[in-house]
Amino acid sequence: MNEPRTETLDEPTRGEGEHRESFSDRVDDRAEELASAAAAGDIEQAGLWRDAWRQLRRNPFFIVGAVLFLVFAVMAVAPQVFTSVDPRDCSLARSGDGPQPGAPFGYDIQGCDYYANVVHGARISLAIGFLAVLGTLVIGVVVGALAGYYGGWIDSLLARVTDIFYGLPLILGAIILLSVLPERGVLEVSLALIAFGWMTAMRLVRSNVIGVKQADYVQAARALGARTGRIITKHILPNAMAPVLVYSTIAVGTIIASEATLTFLGVGLQLPEISWGLQINAAQNRLRDAPHLILFPSFFLSLTVLAFILMGDALRDALDPKLRR
Amino acid sequence: MTSSLPTPAPSRTAPAPAEPPVLEVDDLAVEFRSRRRTVSAVNGISYSVRAGETLAVVGESGSGKSVGAQAVMGILDVPPARITSGQIRFRGDDLLTMSRKEQRAVRGPGIAMVFQDALSALNPVFTVGHQIGELFRVHRGASRGEAREKAIELMERVGIPAARQRVDAYPHQFSGGMRQRVMIAMAIALDPDILIADEPTTALDVTVQAQIMDLLSELQRETGMGMILITHDLGVVNEVADRVAVMYAGSIVENGTVDEVLAEPLHPYTQGLMASMPSLESHGDRLNPVTGTPPDLSAVPSGCAFHPRCPMARFGRAAAPGKDCARNVPVLREVVPGRTAACHYSEELEHE
Amino acid sequence: MSDPQPTTTDAPLLELRDLTKHFPLTQGIVFRKTVGQVRAVDGVSMTLNPGETLGLVGESGSGKSTVAKLVMGLERPTAGQILYKGRDITAMSARELRDYRRNVQIIFQDPYSSLNPRMTVGDIVAEAWDVHPNSVARKDRGAQVRELLERVGLRADYANRYPHQFSGGQRQRIGIARALALRPEVIICDEPVSALDVSVQAQVINLLQDLQDEFGLSFLFIAHDLSVVRHLSDRVAVMYLGGVVETGDRDAIYEQAAHPYTQALLSAVPIHEPALRGSRERIMLSGDLPSPADPPSGCRFRTRCWKAQDVCAEEVPELVDRGQGHPSACHFAESRDLVPGSA
Repeated sequence: MNEPRTETLDEPTRGEGEHRESFSDRVDDRAEELASAAAAGDIEQAGLWRDAWRQLRRNPFFIVGAVLFLVFAVMAVAPQVFTSVDPRDCSLARSGDGPQPGAPFGYDIQGCDYYANVVHGARISLAIGFLAVLGTLVIGVVVGALAGYYGGWIDSLLARVTDIFYGLPLILGAIILLSVLPERGVLEVSLALIAFGWMTAMRLVRSNVIGVKQADYVQAARALGARTGRIITKHILPNAMAPVLVYSTIAVGTIIASEATLTFLGVGLQLPEISWGLQINAAQNRLRDAPHLILFPSFFLSLTVLAFILMGDALRDALDPKLRR
Repeated sequence: MTSSLPTPAPSRTAPAPAEPPVLEVDDLAVEFRSRRRTVSAVNGISYSVRAGETLAVVGESGSGKSVGAQAVMGILDVPPARITSGQIRFRGDDLLTMSRKEQRAVRGPGIAMVFQDALSALNPVFTVGHQIGELFRVHRGASRGEAREKAIELMERVGIPAARQRVDAYPHQFSGGMRQRVMIAMAIALDPDILIADEPTTALDVTVQAQIMDLLSELQRETGMGMILITHDLGVVNEVADRVAVMYAGSIVENGTVDEVLAEPLHPYTQGLMASMPSLESHGDRLNPVTGTPPDLSAVPSGCAFHPRCPMARFGRAAAPGKDCARNVPVLREVVPGRTAACHYSEELEHE
Repeated sequence: MSDPQPTTTDAPLLELRDLTKHFPLTQGIVFRKTVGQVRAVDGVSMTLNPGETLGLVGESGSGKSTVAKLVMGLERPTAGQILYKGRDITAMSARELRDYRRNVQIIFQDPYSSLNPRMTVGDIVAEAWDVHPNSVARKDRGAQVRELLERVGLRADYANRYPHQFSGGQRQRIGIARALALRPEVIICDEPVSALDVSVQAQVINLLQDLQDEFGLSFLFIAHDLSVVRHLSDRVAVMYLGGVVETGDRDAIYEQAAHPYTQALLSAVPIHEPALRGSRERIMLSGDLPSPADPPSGCRFRTRCWKAQDVCAEEVPELVDRGQGHPSACHFAESRDLVPGSA
């Protein structure tokens, strides 16, 4: 009579679908404190992404951030959805006119429809944000993984190089680099931001790799004879990436702001590109008589940055079991 | 103070029941709540400790053995934890009905605790002398100099060599065993009536474990304090405790003197635990462990929580009326005088 | 002396000769300079024969886990040899080393850090075959994973799940399945049951015994729990502060312990049967383990030994038979039965 029963106890016998719902709810037998930890929402590293996703879906801040992000993403990919007006259809006769029926944001100095211009500005901001963060991630992950995994003199050398770059503030470094480049388009600005912005990602990756490197499953893989490449890509990086992704999400926002800053300072993008930084730059002289010119692009810029910071914050909370409630 | 009472050397049987217990835990239940679910970590446990007596609370992970002690100590995280019922009576007064301030006034000098991980229980930025002495400054209004002298005295008492030289050392400068001694010194500083030791030797090596258990027994003999020893190690239980409460899935399943419970278990879980232990004396014989794993506290089996792992479990028609292990929850009952067990079929074990 | 082991005729499968591992203590960031050596393992010799279990006992800081790492080739020894079927693994070519790894596998202590949380159980068990592609044909791997899982007492359909869905005992079984995947000859068990609950621990011990019988495995069983070691081992080596202080057949060690440290260890093990309580003589060691960066001169144990005399500070005691029938590293070795309940 014990036969069928041992089955049920050797758990988990719940149906597969049901299991997905409940797996994070399991209290495993690690330790007594799990009773409390589990109730507090402490969930094993594993299944982290699915758990995180469930957590995120319930986080109002994430929802707000994600909705904002989606709006701006659509704006960047298909601005026509938001406006059918051509941003380059200008008439100096209405230069600097304020918001009015038919032109909710008014007109800019050249007399172009400002709403259309601000909408079209999203593309460049997001493009630079993603491009630059992708670049910092690639450099950060490669350099950080090498330094963290090999340690020793490689680590010392790479850490020193990182420190040297840290010595130069992002904006200052980017200004210097951009002022010597003959052209300053999306690629060049991204490059400048990557060149002086990868260090934090590197340090994060490095410290996480050092932590994960000690785990027994990495030792187990080495004991199996797995090659270094496999160990890094299959075992170490997947387990070391979570904090880096959180950082990157927030970094998209800060990079977008940096781009606007550079452009505002006159070393970033150049006309005839359409970008929020350029718009803010052009608006600075007309602050008194045409405040809408600085208001709308700044507002859009802030919302975009906010979207990424909200999402990043929510992601960090979702990935960090200690912060859960 | 109990410490001034002459107490007999701890014997293997509980002291005369005429003496009222110092600490009584009565029908204590603790839940952990989160948005998603509620976990019953402790479901109505009762135990009592008399002066000079050692009660061992033994169980595997998730049995609730530490949670109960944390409730007594008032160190549960509330929320998510919540004490849903029961009383914790210290010298007859229920701690749970007192205000926080009153609780502190009673617990501070009355109940002390020793934790498993001394390194994380001690503050790394203060010297051990400061941490021990602080108790005298806060509770007894001692001056700095007095507190320091007291700290040295206590360190000597718990067997820390060269106490006068080491009083200004930081916790990380001590070995694991010595840190545990420091923590014990802090615990006994105010002459508590009850010492709760939560897995005090689990992180230590076996030779050091023996030293620490000896120290605790010796201190108990000197001061006559009651001790609650929370452990998973039946060997430690057998060596130092007078009585033992075996916990499983948040409930006490068996209760009695160590000699009786370990030698002739009245609950199949206790029996299974004993059979799971390889012994230094025996060799080669196959172990006969309890099958399966301890249950998930958020999905405790119906009826007797142990029934899926129990070799004696009976269901449906095979069971006696009202004793279907999958349906009827067995209550903790007196099976033989002075011994309780929560199993429908304890009598069969008794006759084995 | 109890029954001789059935395999003594064969050459040893694994032999450690004077194995030494010193970890440098460094200072400085850019220009590291070595300021000392931690002598984690200091001249350890032992053999593991086919089909037997060698129990390696010691407390924390004894160097037993470093021995495991060295044997697994996860650390390079400072000196000494690790011979597998007579060939030194530190001198092996990459190819030979891969072959060695197929035959020598490891089970870890911590069931929580030993499984990659981002891989399914099936992928974890099958990883060995990705690394050694010619071991099992790709099309057979699914079936083999299921078979292995069932062999270690898990359900075959667990292959698609992630480690965090399992309890500690189940995870340890997954780790065992991974170690078995390449059908090794030797498994290094590094405290495989010490993190588990008593009842689960016993299940895993039984499983290890069954697997040993079924696959003819040799175990190097590293543990601090002397009861578990007695239960599982054919022979035992006791380590203290980087060196082996006593070695011999299981019953010889447990019933005629010759080294004071072994005696102290045995006497400190709590007894769980009420009937036997107090039957064992208690030897209380005083003091703490000395730092392995600065071990005592002569006999390493002398600072805590009640028998220590001047000679102990001057002369390192060799690990040789001093008339007790098995080797011990003590100038004043003397057999003592501290476990009278046995036999």
